Amino acid sequence: MTTFTPIASTLGGVLIGCAAVLLMAWDGRIAGISGIASRLLPPYQDNAFAARLGFVLGLAAAPLAYWLATGREVAQTVSPNLPLMAAAGLLVGFGAVYGSGCTSGHGVCGLSRLSPRSLAATLTFMATGFATVFIVRHLIGA
Amino acid sequence: MPFLVNLGIGLVFGIGLVISGMADPAKVQNFLDLAGRWDPSLAFVMGGAVVTTFVGYAIVLRRPRPVNAPRFRLPADNRIDARLLAGAALFGIGWGLGGFCPGPAFTAATLGAAGTYAFLPTMLLGMGLGRIAAQRARAAAA
Repeated sequence: MTTFTPIASTLGGVLIGCAAVLLMAWDGRIAGISGIASRLLPPYQDNAFAARLGFVLGLAAAPLAYWLATGREVAQTVSPNLPLMAAAGLLVGFGAVYGSGCTSGHGVCGLSRLSPRSLAATLTFMATGFATVFIVRHLIGA
Repeated sequence: MPFLVNLGIGLVFGIGLVISGMADPAKVQNFLDLAGRWDPSLAFVMGGAVVTTFVGYAIVLRRPRPVNAPRFRLPADNRIDARLLAGAALFGIGWGLGGFCPGPAFTAATLGAAGTYAFLPTMLLGMGLGRIAAQRARAAAA
């Protein structure tokens, strides 16, 4: 059970959008996390490794910065089923790179550019996401 | 310098994820659970992010070039092909199973949940495999 948070979620979304716009203004790149993260792995086709590492470390440092600023810890519930989480990671990593984008690259940046390709990808991963949660929670009953 | 600027932009993105509630996989899965206790927050995150990015890109892309690069690099591929849809479909299944997409998974790295540490290494492995598979698919199509 999580609480519906329309205001906080919209504000958080605006911040995510600001980060995407800043990255375009600074580096001229799409803020696609799967694209940034997958290019941390060899082989390297450009010399932007330090920039990409910085971006990912910034993501990882966010809960600490939030805690320092507000005194509140970030609450989260992660499944303790480790084989399930490992399988989920493999699917997320493979699917995002094979399909050239994830929630940020296709979902946020692609939709903002009114890209039909990104719309098709977003509708597809939303559909399989809805179907997966329905099967796991309501058919299997986990 | 590119490292520090990207660290800052990644931090803004990550704080957006934290404030919006998207660093919590349970909140993502509850969005995907239409038949259960549906939490529509994720739609507000996407809305805030897409509107902000749409307006911000319109302003930034009028400039002749980014601050730290010779030109803007926007995805030129417009094809809606089998690779895009297959990748997005697999990504959505993993997203539904684990509640993580790549950005929140990195943001969760400092929060200490065991499931996160099962997810992150296989996500990176999947990204590496996805890159190889995508290169092969491109070579076969060429």
